[in-house]
Amino acid sequence: MRAFSLVEPRDVESAIAGASAPGAKFIAGGTDLLQLAKDNVETPSRLIDLEGLGASRIEASGERLRLEPLARMSDVAAHPEVVARWPVLSQALLASASPQVRNMATMGGNLLQRTRCGYFRDTGFACNKRVPGSGCQAINGENRMHAILGGSDHCIATYAGDMAVALIGLNAELQLTGPDGIRTVKIGDFHVVPGDTPHVETILAPGEMITAIEMPASAAAKRSHYLKVRDRASFDFALVSAAVAMDLDGGTIRDVRVAAGGVGTKPWRLPEVEAALTGKTADTATLRAAAEQAGVGAKPASRNAFKQVLLRRVVLRALQTVSA
Amino acid sequence: MGMIGKPIDRIDARLKVTGAARYAAEFHVPNAVHAVLVQSTIAAGSISGFELKEAEGMPGVLAIITPDNAGKLSHPENVPQAVAGPLLQNKEILFNGQHVAVVVAETLEQAQAAGSAVRVAYTPGEAATSMDAMLGQAYVPKHFRNGQRPPDSSRGDADGTFNSGAVKIEQTYITPIEHHNPMEPHATIAAWNGDKLTVWTATQGISGAQATLAGQFGIDKNDVRVICPYLGAGFGCKGNTWPPATLAALAARTVRRPVKLVLSRAQMYTSNGYRPRTVQKLKVASDINGSLVSMRHDGFTSMSQPSLGEFAEPVGLATEMLYACPNVAVTHRLVALNASLPTYMRAPGEASGVFALESAMDEMAVALKMDPIVFRLRNYAETDPHDNRPFASKALRACYEQGAKAFGWEKRSAEPRSMRDGGTLIGWGVATSTYPTNRLPAAVKVRMDAAGNVVVQCGTQDIGTGTYTVMTQVASDVLGVPLQRIRFELGDSDLPPAPVSGGSMTVASVAPSVQAACGALVDKIKDLALTDWPGQPRDALQVRDGMMVGLDRRVPISALLERSGRSFIEAEAKTQPGEERQRFSMHAFGAQFAEVRVDPDLGTIRVSRHVGAFDAGHVLNAKTARSQLIGGITYGIGMALLEETLVDGETGRIVNANVADYLMPVNADIPDIQVIVVPNDDTNSNPLGAKGIGELPMVGVAAGIANAVYHATGVRVRKVPIRIEDVLV
Repeated sequence: MRAFSLVEPRDVESAIAGASAPGAKFIAGGTDLLQLAKDNVETPSRLIDLEGLGASRIEASGERLRLEPLARMSDVAAHPEVVARWPVLSQALLASASPQVRNMATMGGNLLQRTRCGYFRDTGFACNKRVPGSGCQAINGENRMHAILGGSDHCIATYAGDMAVALIGLNAELQLTGPDGIRTVKIGDFHVVPGDTPHVETILAPGEMITAIEMPASAAAKRSHYLKVRDRASFDFALVSAAVAMDLDGGTIRDVRVAAGGVGTKPWRLPEVEAALTGKTADTATLRAAAEQAGVGAKPASRNAFKQVLLRRVVLRALQTVSA
Repeated sequence: MGMIGKPIDRIDARLKVTGAARYAAEFHVPNAVHAVLVQSTIAAGSISGFELKEAEGMPGVLAIITPDNAGKLSHPENVPQAVAGPLLQNKEILFNGQHVAVVVAETLEQAQAAGSAVRVAYTPGEAATSMDAMLGQAYVPKHFRNGQRPPDSSRGDADGTFNSGAVKIEQTYITPIEHHNPMEPHATIAAWNGDKLTVWTATQGISGAQATLAGQFGIDKNDVRVICPYLGAGFGCKGNTWPPATLAALAARTVRRPVKLVLSRAQMYTSNGYRPRTVQKLKVASDINGSLVSMRHDGFTSMSQPSLGEFAEPVGLATEMLYACPNVAVTHRLVALNASLPTYMRAPGEASGVFALESAMDEMAVALKMDPIVFRLRNYAETDPHDNRPFASKALRACYEQGAKAFGWEKRSAEPRSMRDGGTLIGWGVATSTYPTNRLPAAVKVRMDAAGNVVVQCGTQDIGTGTYTVMTQVASDVLGVPLQRIRFELGDSDLPPAPVSGGSMTVASVAPSVQAACGALVDKIKDLALTDWPGQPRDALQVRDGMMVGLDRRVPISALLERSGRSFIEAEAKTQPGEERQRFSMHAFGAQFAEVRVDPDLGTIRVSRHVGAFDAGHVLNAKTARSQLIGGITYGIGMALLEETLVDGETGRIVNANVADYLMPVNADIPDIQVIVVPNDDTNSNPLGAKGIGELPMVGVAAGIANAVYHATGVRVRKVPIRIEDVLV
């Protein structure tokens, strides 16, 4: 780890001021950044500690859920309104990490969690995401855990988080605050695919921070589910996961959103699956046909072709669960 | 009386849970500074130069030791050691992650920062990283089992009889590289006082560390003191004296101050060995009734470059002795790669070899349409078929019977995919376990003071298994002194010597010596008593609670000592294995029963139940023994379903050198485990009748689970870990 200075602002304005300087980095729970800094993958010279902002409220109204960026994963997961009305969010959070990590990690930090690609996390390897232009050794290497959707010739690292996948299913929006003011973006537009700039992972501008996560209340949100398949029974990243939120009118699917984790370079929405479901009767044949659309256009790497099959199975199981 | 066998709580439990037990890195040595290792990022070639200017100018830096300026150590051939390097004695690079420099600074943070600023230039060479590509160049080990036996063995004519079998299989089984990942990293504090060296180091063998360090630095063994009172587990990776311990001493000599060197978790993947990858080719044939006709087991082990040392995973040894088959051939070969040196890891040889053997036995049972236990009993070896000696004891039949009963094996339906719980497939599998009963010489000193307090001393180790506790129990029984009055001291090379804590032999080696030393002490006290009580029959005398008790009187030992003008009385003993090793074949045995649940659509495999029944000889402490047995089965579940070190094929660099991406079982992976200890007092093997239980419980677990996965899914997986994609049909 390199030496750094630590500043502890008390409000958003002073947090943002100076955050766009080279080497500056926000820190909240620190569960990811500290690991990366210890391994010299991140080498911040100035850490801006956001804990002093105190922005950790969880507000559930009749119409929406609003999460402040410093709300802890464990608090959101256990919030009775979240459990009752946005179950996919609670389930995705509980499927993440361990209780100890969830007690520290925050909403904003979780969205910005970096990939578990072993080539990215070890400075002994070349990695375009860590050092642009240095090459990608994962493409021909140990890539079982890597993405089959959204990769490029420069990077196939998987977006590792669970919560963002659930947020896509919940049609969430993020409020971003930066030197140029406040803007709102859809969760699906927040993360970006690597293309030829894999070091760019989100649309966050220099100095900009997440100041709120909001999502509507809906019948679909209430009938939602997160299914995560992993090697280890707990404390493991997804091989494949699926978030489904479905509004059923009798047996007819009025509205549905489906997203997948563990397969994409960003949290991956599955519009083909949604299209095959919307307006149809939620019977076995429909669900099966829709699940077959999952991962259309996928490009597996040398060691993860199985993820295509597994993705369809996981989506089908999640669809069966919410429509049962 | 009668402490042996009781489920006594660990006497060091309070120290451990309160943090008072002091581990190697936790000793406060005044004036100590910190060292960190810098490691290579290529797998083969040489160092062409260092750029040290930036690092040298950083705050707190005291020295940067490289092959350009490192102090010279004795030539490896002149040192009693298993690991010849890398010790900064030349610029050759033999594996990715090799130590190339040591940075010493006032604080750990300063050393780490400067370490990351060291720039190394290389002249890359061609690296051999693929074992499969190199199988054709496999070679015969030069020092198999430390030269105690040849790497190949055979009886009868395995090849000539194979085709005569009515049922035959020929298959290849693969086990991956695995890392020990003890909770405590490898750590050393080294301090010189003139030419005398003291090291506090995390080791399973203080005597070995003493000899190796003395040899490397060219000093007398008695001028090296090695201290290790507690070990945060080792599982084999702290059995040898690995380069970081030596480099800490080298750094301390360079900066003339005590130096502390603690490995990072990532460095633990290239600095102290690993279980090598194995490729095992088995050919098994039986007659139509299931009597084995021929077995051939060819084992290939991945290795480092030979100049670093040699380790061959002895995968075929169980195949030699487990079944009564007249025609058996076993070979062991090595495949040299640009990798660090592999080493012993819990049940070396048996863990990997029995996975292959007991998977093959299951395949044979399936082909024969026989119950897998019936098939094994059909080929039960009543004497060791390898060398025709009787077993010192063998209660494997009882393990099968009691394990099967506890598991409910008779309710198994043989057909794969025939047992379900709702939509979930259920599979039941069985496998045999075995591990040799080892023993080496050990010496013990015991002293009792006038108040009846006892100190027992032995230079053994407690690697987390309960040595402090069980040896105290042994001493208590012989001396008739309550546990609370006995202090057992270990982990210091100033104490009487004992063997490395490996090969499941600590109890079998040390306990007889404790027993003998305490017995000698009792004799001395009796001598004192008889001087005072002439005519008293010697056999009637007993030591009990600080008293010498005779037929018609009892006298405090303190009074006996006082009358003889002493403040204490002491005795020593050295015990060693005897001619029983020639007479008997000595092994522990067990039967492993696994239940798995497999989601037929998603491929998720979870172990839902496990029963292990073990013939482990006489158990000295029912509680610590149970803990070890459960721990070993847990280790086996990790091997079966989770653990695998991934090496990048292009660079030979490990990709998952951390405990987030190298998966070990968490609580959620571990089901209800039932362990059964089959009573068996094996006094043919050693006076305590113990067989050793450190490694036995993990042997066979992976095969039992693989066999259960086959039973659940109909898919035979011939490698571990078994992954979701292996059963995703």
